Amino acid sequence: MNWTLALPELVLAVCSMGVLTFGVLRGKDSTLACTMLSLGALLITIVLVLATPFGVAYHGQFVEDSFALFSKVLILAGSALAMIASLDYNAAQRIDRFEFPVLVLLATVGMMLMVSAHNLMTLYLGLELQSLAIYVLAAFARDELRSAEAGLKYFVLGALASGLLLYGISFTYGFTGTMDFGRLAQVLIDPAHVSAGLVVGIVFIIAGLGFKIAAVPFHMWTPDVYEGAPTSVTTLMATAPKVAAMALLLRVLATPFGHLLGEWHLIISIVSVASMLLGSLAAIGQWSIKRLMAYSSIGHMGYALIGLAVGTVAGYRGVLIYLVTYVFMSAGTFGCILAMRRRGRALEKIADLAGLARTDPMMAVGLAIFMFSLAGIPPLAGFFGKLYIFLAAVQAGNWALAVIGVLTSVIGAFYYIRVVKVMYFDPAEEAFDPRPAALSFVGVVGGLVTLFFFLFPGPIVGAAQAAAQVLLG
Amino acid sequence: MNQAGFPLLSLITFLPLVGCVVIMCVRGDEETVASNARWTALWTSLIVFGLSLILWFRFDPSQPGFQFQENIPWLGGEYGVGYRMGVDGISVLFVLLSTALTPICILSAWEAIHTRVREFMLTFLILETMLVGLFSAQDFVVFYIFFEGVLIPMYLIIGVWGGARRVYSAVKFFLYTLTGSVLMLLALLAMWHYAHTTDLAVLLNTHFPPGMQIWLFLAFLASFAVKVPMWPVHTWLPDAHVEAPTAGSVILAGVLLKMGAYGFIRFSIPMLPHASAAFAPLMFALGVIAVIYTSLVALAQTDMKKLIAYSSVAHMGIVIIGFFTFNPQGISGALFQMLSHGVVSAALFLCVGVVYDRLHTHVIDRFDGLANRMPLYAAVFMVFMMASIGLPGTSGFVGEFLVLVGALQVNFWLALLGSMGMILGAAYMLYLYRRVIFGVITKPDLKAILDLSPREVAVFAPLLVLTLWMGIYPTSFSSFWDASVGAVVQQHSAAVAGAKAAAMVPHGPRLVLARAIAP
Repeated sequence: MNWTLALPELVLAVCSMGVLTFGVLRGKDSTLACTMLSLGALLITIVLVLATPFGVAYHGQFVEDSFALFSKVLILAGSALAMIASLDYNAAQRIDRFEFPVLVLLATVGMMLMVSAHNLMTLYLGLELQSLAIYVLAAFARDELRSAEAGLKYFVLGALASGLLLYGISFTYGFTGTMDFGRLAQVLIDPAHVSAGLVVGIVFIIAGLGFKIAAVPFHMWTPDVYEGAPTSVTTLMATAPKVAAMALLLRVLATPFGHLLGEWHLIISIVSVASMLLGSLAAIGQWSIKRLMAYSSIGHMGYALIGLAVGTVAGYRGVLIYLVTYVFMSAGTFGCILAMRRRGRALEKIADLAGLARTDPMMAVGLAIFMFSLAGIPPLAGFFGKLYIFLAAVQAGNWALAVIGVLTSVIGAFYYIRVVKVMYFDPAEEAFDPRPAALSFVGVVGGLVTLFFFLFPGPIVGAAQAAAQVLLG
Repeated sequence: MNQAGFPLLSLITFLPLVGCVVIMCVRGDEETVASNARWTALWTSLIVFGLSLILWFRFDPSQPGFQFQENIPWLGGEYGVGYRMGVDGISVLFVLLSTALTPICILSAWEAIHTRVREFMLTFLILETMLVGLFSAQDFVVFYIFFEGVLIPMYLIIGVWGGARRVYSAVKFFLYTLTGSVLMLLALLAMWHYAHTTDLAVLLNTHFPPGMQIWLFLAFLASFAVKVPMWPVHTWLPDAHVEAPTAGSVILAGVLLKMGAYGFIRFSIPMLPHASAAFAPLMFALGVIAVIYTSLVALAQTDMKKLIAYSSVAHMGIVIIGFFTFNPQGISGALFQMLSHGVVSAALFLCVGVVYDRLHTHVIDRFDGLANRMPLYAAVFMVFMMASIGLPGTSGFVGEFLVLVGALQVNFWLALLGSMGMILGAAYMLYLYRRVIFGVITKPDLKAILDLSPREVAVFAPLLVLTLWMGIYPTSFSSFWDASVGAVVQQHSAAVAGAKAAAMVPHGPRLVLARAIAP
């Protein structure tokens, strides 16, 4: 058994314990040090992930392959950006406790386990570790009613989803006699082994995971939790966990249940269409930018699901590329949202952005880039994400999804350009407080990736291609 | 390597972005920044124009294919996509049109734009990059990126520096054109999937199955019809024009309106000959409606910019009719009309801009008897008005005449209805001219109005020369595209004849229908 395959996860878990101990011993004022240590831990983990060889370990429960590698690097990048973005915001909101980075680290360990899961049990453990950490984070501003409500809501609904998932797993185990991905795939080659009970199990698993990626009809919690949770936590929720949950869904449906594409692709298609429609229509009436981003994330998961519904290597590759663009776009956007602060008070109304182009041109340019990119306007990154998704749909002859996808993206463009409108066309309001350097950093990183994605798509597409091929064996 | 010996097209395309970087680096108080931005933008666009003149001199008109080609692999070895640039006889003059109009726009905005000058110049240079890239792209994906990328700067130009209803216009412009574009994206993906490449040179020689062509044509139509704009999806244009600043109107009418028509001649007609033939009657119908209906609408306008905007729709209707005649006269005439309209409508909007700068209105009733105070202006305005009507000796005549000759070969009634545009055009333009220029000055604020300043003369002079040059010696322009147009026509008739030979094909009835209407 080659236990070193899980070295990055082990190191990160140990680091989180170390940071926790350090925080407890140092007491109250150790937040900054803890965050820095945690960032260091994330960096070390990225290096370790890149150095880890491929293989299967722990009796087939844990796998490290190019798909896991791709997802993990993205997850770690997302977590790191979210952690950097949280620094000044948490201090200003007086929630700068040292547990914050520790919880982010634990959630990250969970996410890394999820994408490396090669067994339904590992999958569940990783998912729970991630979810529990984020439940706590959502209620992190514990003196604030909204945050506590968000945490509770997220916890109750999340627990329900976990229950559904477990129920589905038990069905699968009951009807096939195994929970190992490799063996499931072998068993299910023979259509005789596909029973109605198994399909019910798969549906429950999809429902459970659909909750985690917030796809319609399992999306109800998203706007409330996005709005209620501290914005720094929302930043995290909008980036790394989305990657992990989507990657998990990809792996589960493509590897063990890959032969049952005919059974689940219709479900995924319907979920995808519903998410795109709701994501684009419901966002129109929003006045809070956090709620807007919540609906926007629902829509974006709908686009990504097109690639999954197509069920080809090109489709899976499209999903992965989409996730890359999405993580950087939304990290950058939230970087801007976190910087919306006037006289020390955090703001979240879209109208608060009025005239930003005059008061803070750099931030306005950045947010405009993110909005145009989220709308999928070339030459920004968001366009390429959609390009690869739609290309896969067209190659597979799935015109219905492609047409619905492009039409909803036009509807979606309406509310993104409305944000640009507010910033550029409306009369200026009072300027925001000076931007903290950390937020500028997050915005610049997100902005550069979004703006210059078209210059270097080669390595990303190549890595996504390799990762997608692993899924289909 | 290409004739120039260095990547000339890329240089022309991306040099304006270098200007942007320079403008962004300028520091200082608002006045310094504004003045620096103006001069940097002007010099950048002039250098770009100078470089693009190499195209004019070194282009070999006898070659129908792409020239000045560049090819770099792109998108991670994804099959068939590359950063490919190249111009052929059809596109080369539009590159020149874009690079020529940009410095003129910048000059015209010299004093008219006084808020956020730096941002204005930035967006304008970005727009120039997009436009030049669009016309010199030799790869469909590259083309699409530039095609849609135009939206961002144009949205900001209309929305930030426009008039009263600017936000409404900007959003309308954005959503209309985006809807069309995304449908074209699907067509792009389908062609990419079918041909395994997005190289235009290859796609132009790919035979798409007739059934697929119908769908591709409809998708292209959705996109290009909005950009042309064709009736009935033209309604964004008057709104956008009225609210856009003068320079925005100029580039909108001069170059942006050519994007859709360019799309038809670059993609729809050569790549989809069967569908083009099948849809030709529809296109004629839309073209004729555009010509007659929008001309009538133009007659009733009370706003100068709106009037010229509607006349643009009518002129572009002529272009569409010309393309779908599929004969050398028609297509050549349509291209000439595009070029001529690019110069003339740009000049007309500049004429409106001149009085707008003085009185801050372009409502027709606010003006009368300008000839008394502004004789030079009246003369300049008259030349462009005559060119817009299509007076012989001006550029407008050549294009419309050739299109009508081409249309006559297709169908007498088509030519007759198309020529209604010239008559109605004369009506609304002369009516406008009479109301604005002639008569006596009764409005008190017009009594002290000043004639053209030297800067304005500098803006109009090149356009004036071009208009007359194109009218008097059109060959120096049309010779650029003769070979390319010949190839397009030949290819089209070969494809349609091939279909006729295999007469029992499923799509026969549509072709028969097409010929029955257009014998």
